[in-house]
Amino acid sequence: MKNKLFKLLSILFIFATNLSCAQLGETFIREDKDIVSPNEINYDLELVHENDEIIWAIEFFEDNSILATVKSGKLIHYKNNGDEVLIKGLPKIYLRGQGGLMDIEFHPNFEKNKLLYLTYAYEKEEGKGGSTNVARAKLENDSLIDFEVLYEATEVSRKGQHFGGRLEFDNDGFLYFSIGDRGNRDVNPQNLELDGGKIYRINDDGSIPKDNPFYNLPNAKKAIFSYGHRNPQGMFKHPTSGKIWTNEHGPKGGDEINIINKGLNYGWPKITYGINYSGTTITKNKSLPNMEQPLYYWIPSIAPSCFEFINSDRYGDWQGSLLAGALKFKYLERIVLDNNKVVYRERIAEDLGRPRDVKESKDGYIHVSIENKGIYKIVPKS
Amino acid sequence: MRVLILLLFPLFAFSQKDSLSISIENGRILYDDFCIRCHLPNGKGQIGIIPPLAKSDFLYKHMEESIKALKFGGIDGEIIVNGVKYNSRMEKMGLYNDEIADVMNYILNSWGNKSDLMITEEYVDKLKK
Repeated sequence: MKNKLFKLLSILFIFATNLSCAQLGETFIREDKDIVSPNEINYDLELVHENDEIIWAIEFFEDNSILATVKSGKLIHYKNNGDEVLIKGLPKIYLRGQGGLMDIEFHPNFEKNKLLYLTYAYEKEEGKGGSTNVARAKLENDSLIDFEVLYEATEVSRKGQHFGGRLEFDNDGFLYFSIGDRGNRDVNPQNLELDGGKIYRINDDGSIPKDNPFYNLPNAKKAIFSYGHRNPQGMFKHPTSGKIWTNEHGPKGGDEINIINKGLNYGWPKITYGINYSGTTITKNKSLPNMEQPLYYWIPSIAPSCFEFINSDRYGDWQGSLLAGALKFKYLERIVLDNNKVVYRERIAEDLGRPRDVKESKDGYIHVSIENKGIYKIVPKS
Repeated sequence: MRVLILLLFPLFAFSQKDSLSISIENGRILYDDFCIRCHLPNGKGQIGIIPPLAKSDFLYKHMEESIKALKFGGIDGEIIVNGVKYNSRMEKMGLYNDEIADVMNYILNSWGNKSDLMITEEYVDKLKK
């Protein structure tokens, strides 16, 4: 009897300590003093397509219907009449940790040529580990045809981390993509002869532009455009400068916003504002010569998963600001810049869930995909 | 003969213990890679969002279901862990069966958890959806 009572008491005690610790964690979450929740919410969140898996990326057809990648390896056309069409012809995908089917991007001339680009984790030999592939295919009769791998990263790993995987075209028709450091930070990001920890630039057919920064460097991967990255998973093209902007998962306290410039070294892991998740130091250096400083870094880390520039005029003063998905805190963060300095940050779609992609439709509505829920449309209140 | 058995017994016991500690060590590396971001370094998860693994009543009561969740990707619907409701499905991590055994052995022997049962690859192989 005594024994039972003791057991009960200890269970209660464990339960109580668990609770209090977790609540401490919760207070820590709200420690980010620089971000605010707006007093008045002048939008509604409308669930337009339900999906209980992870929609990693969305892309809009001219009629505003959506082509969505599901991380587990599905490509779904969500039609405006509510139909869901499973697109056939995907390659075999390496489902491992953070890796799976990732981004989708239409060719700038998709309306005519029906070409699209995909990133996905790929394992060449079973059990040997994998990395990120970029492929192009043509969409015809709900199938991918003429499937062609444009880039295959050679540094493979069984680690589950940092596949990168975002795609973006610039105004000159170059295709940019990210590959994360694949959990091998001391080897890949600073070495131009290895894949991983880089932003790449290729032509729309997969060939490599001759004016890429390391094109003539012996043994370098010619497709590299910038290096020293950890895991960039948000990317947009700035509407006025035409430059590629990224947000990047850093270590604890080291998430960054960067403007990607040709041939530059963004410093990972030689410089960072973050520390290891275990609390230990990665480096004491926050800056070093010939390494770029981020435009902004997040403390605490938000786990930035996606990034979009608001072009739409449907949301009043939101126009011109940025949206970043915060996987960790389950909201979208709206960021206002003045002269490339962050001057205001607010939470959008708070507590909705983990955002994976955020994008404007052709008719200017912001859509966000939320893990295990589906795609939401942000509708301004009239 | 008796001497031989006596001699062999500690050897056998030693190798048993050894394979478990190797499995636990492998599991720790896998945990740090695949699980730590959500379930946290202390295995406590995030209350109401990510269930704890440390001293989790659910884990012990529903061991097979928990290992299946790791193998096939999540548990559908609501579960109650240490008196708190959870309803967010874990995605499939793509671990091999030997890795699932290792990470389970690490979880079952960390943060105050203790288990006499060693999970083996053969056991995970046999689990069906």
